[in-house]
Order: sequence, then structure tokens, then C-alpha cells
Amino acid sequence: MSICVANISKSYKNVKALQDISFNVKVGELFGIIGPDGAGKTTLFRILTTLLFADNGRATVSGWDVVSDYKNIRKSVGYMPGRFSLYQDLTVEENLQFFATIFGTTIEENYDLIKDIYVQIEPFKDRRAGKLSGGMKQKLALCCALIHKPKVLFLDEPTTGVDPVSRKEFWEMLKRLQQKNITILVSTPYMDEAALCDRIALIQDGKILEIDTPEAIVKHYPKPIYNVSANNMYKLINSLNAYQYIHSVYPFGEFVHYTDKRAEFNAVELKLYLESKNLSNIRIEKTVATIEDTFMELAK
Amino acid sequence: MSIHNVIQVEGLTKKFGDFTAVNAISFKVEKGEIFGFLGANGAGKTTAMKMLIGISIPSSGKATVAGFDVFTHAESIKKSIGYMSQKFALYDDLTVKENITFFGGIYGLSRKRIRQKSAVLIEELGLEKVANKLVGALPLGWKQKLSFSVSMIHDPKIVFLDEPTGGVDPITRRQFWEMIYKAANQGITVFVTTHYMDEAEYCDRVSIMVNGKIEALDTPKKLKEQFKVANMNDVFLKLARG
Ligand SMILES: Nc1ncnc2c1ncn2[C@@H]1O[C@H](COP(=O)(O)OP(=O)(O)OP(=O)(O)O)[C@@H](O)[C@H]1O
Ligand SMILES: [Mg+2]
Repeated sequence: MSICVANISKSYKNVKALQDISFNVKVGELFGIIGPDGAGKTTLFRILTTLLFADNGRATVSGWDVVSDYKNIRKSVGYMPGRFSLYQDLTVEENLQFFATIFGTTIEENYDLIKDIYVQIEPFKDRRAGKLSGGMKQKLALCCALIHKPKVLFLDEPTTGVDPVSRKEFWEMLKRLQQKNITILVSTPYMDEAALCDRIALIQDGKILEIDTPEAIVKHYPKPIYNVSANNMYKLINSLNAYQYIHSVYPFGEFVHYTDKRAEFNAVELKLYLESKNLSNIRIEKTVATIEDTFMELAK
Repeated sequence: MSIHNVIQVEGLTKKFGDFTAVNAISFKVEKGEIFGFLGANGAGKTTAMKMLIGISIPSSGKATVAGFDVFTHAESIKKSIGYMSQKFALYDDLTVKENITFFGGIYGLSRKRIRQKSAVLIEELGLEKVANKLVGALPLGWKQKLSFSVSMIHDPKIVFLDEPTGGVDPITRRQFWEMIYKAANQGITVFVTTHYMDEAEYCDRVSIMVNGKIEALDTPKKLKEQFKVANMNDVFLKLARG
């Protein structure tokens, strides 16, 4: 096992940030921690990277105990905190240089690890980090976390603020790091990214709701789900919310996802109802649940 | 100028030294429109937005916002618009109520008006229980919703939202968009950037910036037709790497 977490709990003054959390991550596994803001994700990352003590429970990373062997852990893991701490007044290259030096390595030695991401910010390597765009900073922070070739990589919302193309490239890169037997623990608010993990843990209010492969988690979705569209999205959402048989309605791009309270859903009846609300071009089609649907249903 | 165009931009450019961050962009935004301002990291969105809200002087070009010229009437623009920045939104070390009072004051609202607004806002957002808590202790999504309301405390004609839902969880993100719809429905123009492509679908029109230039601008439906793809994510993937 690369990461073992056993019965970890942590409270701040009157908030239970983590309650009896347990899970294991295998070597080379890409494991996702998925949960809403304030669910306890960052607390978990900080405990595993030895920056914070748990109140109860035990955890090991690469076989080392997070309390007694913290020095070994710090040397061998990479951590990209959600609110990262780049040196704003150092240039792009100087930041990277700095992180390489404190881990006793050089940019050249592990360049192949960061290349795919770094080439995108390399044209600006003499620019101060403070003057980069939001997403460019995020990419630099990732390079800094990777430059010493860690055995385990902790990424706390690494792609927040990163554009769709770069996100795709970023995940392709994570898959390549995995091939090199690097274990990755990653949290993300993007549900399409959750689907790319080997396994995910859904967490909420400091508790794990479910741990499984993304495919299995989606299969557990309890209800048939329908794509509904009409000529006016805002009116459509308001009308569905006022419908007597509604269980849930969530916008999903050009459609909304609708679920019904009843066991037997009647599409014709819904269409008539929406027409009575002066909506037109109404389409109702069955669709399949995504991780995002599952997540929202669990968090409801 | 047509009275319906609340934003008019022509050849707007911003240079930093010899680097051109925004390269001669032109577009118009109508009253009550939800305008999605998309682009890859570093494409120039935030830089362009800063010129439109009157806090950064353009290198060249023309722009009027709410009928005021960005070169000569930046102060008037600031009073007629709301702005939610990509990074800073509220003071973490002030309570919810204190933040509302503070920003109400900045926009010159009377004490009475601030008290009224404060009560309405807190109720609408369901923040009664945390009204006297520090904003820093709130989940990100709540902060963003509060921040949006605060940016509209002076009833502006236009709001500029720079990645308001970045990092926000799926449910809160959708609640945020309901607030955007509601504002647009009341005639407020919404100018918004996002990296969530499902959110691009919720915009009336969308522009996509690549390396400082606007490379596409249309309704989501037309853009999908133009690029012969099924969703906005694929439109973006086709364009963004230039
Ligand atoms: N003050 C400055 N000095 C020099 N370069 C700058 C300055 N401000 C921004 N830039 C550069 O201008 C370009 C555009 O940056 P901007 O912040 O507008 O991008 P963006 O589209 O908002 O990106 P993101 O999606 O990552 O937020 C980037 O290359 C950035 O580094
Ligand atoms: Mg930006």
C-alpha cells in the first residue's frame, strides 16, 4: 500500500472536519477525493503531508507514519496545496529552480516529468509569478510539486482555474505519471475529472459516503434520469421546480437533468404541464447518470 | 451608439512592454444579455475586463461601458457597474454583515439603504445563521454567492464576473447560475468568464479569446454548428490552442 488511512478524525473548535476516515491507496493508483467545499478534503491532505496532526487514528505514506516519520515523508512526496504558495516576486524559472534546489535536484534531471505542462509557460519563464494569469500560476505550482520526482503526489484541486484544453492535457500527464508508479491522491470540483480516476471517495461533512470505481458509483444512481430542454432555460428550470412530481432538477449544459418522485414517470404528462407554462420546443429523453448526478443526489 | 448596446468595444488593445496581452478586440453587448467571455489561460480575459471596468488604461482602441468612455470617464463607469474579481472578492476578516456594510458604504449607499439591502440579501441567500460570522470561515461557494450579491448592492446596470464559479462544487455552482439568470431577467447585463463549458451553454452569446484576440463570437448553438461539434467543450478544444 502506498497510502493507509485508519480511523482518522480531526476537529477544529466546533467543527468536525474529519470523522473516522479510513481508506487505502495502492502503489501507482490514481485516487480521487470528491466532495463539496468544506467537506474536509484539505484537512485530509494536510494530515497526510504531515503539516497537521490528527486527533485520532493513524496514517502512513509509503510505509512511513505521518507523525513519527514525517521527515521521510516530506522528502519523498510532492504536495500542491489548493491555495499554493509560489514566490510572487521570483520569476517562473526561479520558482522552479528554488523547489529543485531545496529537494537537492536540478530542473534538468527530472525535466521529462514536467515537460508537457512546462512548455506552456516556458515562453514566459522570465516573467514574475505574480504577473501570470490565474491558470498559468496553477501550472507552475504543479511543476514545482513534481520537480523532485516524488513517490506520492498530493494534488488539492490542481485544475481549479485551468482552461479545458489544459485540463485535458493535465490529466493525460497524470496518467503518464501513474505509469511511472507514482501514486496520486487528487481532489477536484470537476466531476468529469472524477470519472478519470481509478477509484474515488465521495466525502461530505468529514465522512466518506462511498468508495468505489467511478463506473460502479454511477451504477448506484437510484433513479431513471431524463434530459429535458425547451426554448427558455430559466423558465424551464422554474417550471420544473414548481412541478408536483419533481424529485430533482439540475441544469447540464444545453439540457436539464430531471428525476421524478414516482416509480412510473409519465413523459406526456410532463410535456403537457410544460406547455401549459408557455414553454415550446420541449424535448424529454431518457439519459444516463453521470458522477455529477450521483454526487448531487448524495449531497442533497 | 445604439442605446441597446451597453458595452461597445473597438480595436481595444493592452500592451505590457512589448508583450501584447489584448490584441485589438471588438464586440458589442446588449442590455440584459448574458455574455460569456471565454479563452485559455493567459488569453487576456482578465486584462480585457480590467480595461472595461475602468481600472486599467488601454494602450489603444475604443470602448464605452454603460455609455461612458473608458479613457475619459472611468470614474462614472465604476459607479454604474459591479465587479467580482478572480481572486479577491470579500474581506475574510470581516463578518458577513460587516462586508455588506463596507461595500454599501463604498458605493455611497445611505445607512438606511444599507440596512434594508443587508436584510434582504441575507435572507435571500439564507445566511441568517452566519450573518455575524467571519467571511473567512464560510465555504467558498457561499462566499461567491455573497460576493455576487455584494457586487450588485448599488443596483448596477452591468456586472462583470471573473471566474465566479472556479472551484465551486456542482450544486452551489448551479445555484450561482440561477442568480445570474435572475439578474439577467431583471435587465442587468452579465459579462462572465468561466472555464466550465456547461456554463458556456447557459450564456446568450459567447466569445472565445486566443492569444489576445477574439477568434469566435456567437450563440452557443451557432458556434456548435459552425465547428460541427456536439458541445461547447469541443468548440473550445478546436479553437483554444490557436
Ligand atoms: N501586469 C502585467 N505585466 C506583464 N504581463 C501581464 C500583466 N498582467 C497580465 N499579464 C500577462 O498577460 C497575459 C494575459 O493575462 P490574463 O490574466 O488577462 O489572462 P486570462 O485570460 O485572464 O487567464 P486565466 O484564464 O488564467 O485567468 C498573460 O500572459 C499574463 O502573464
Ligand atoms: Mg483571468
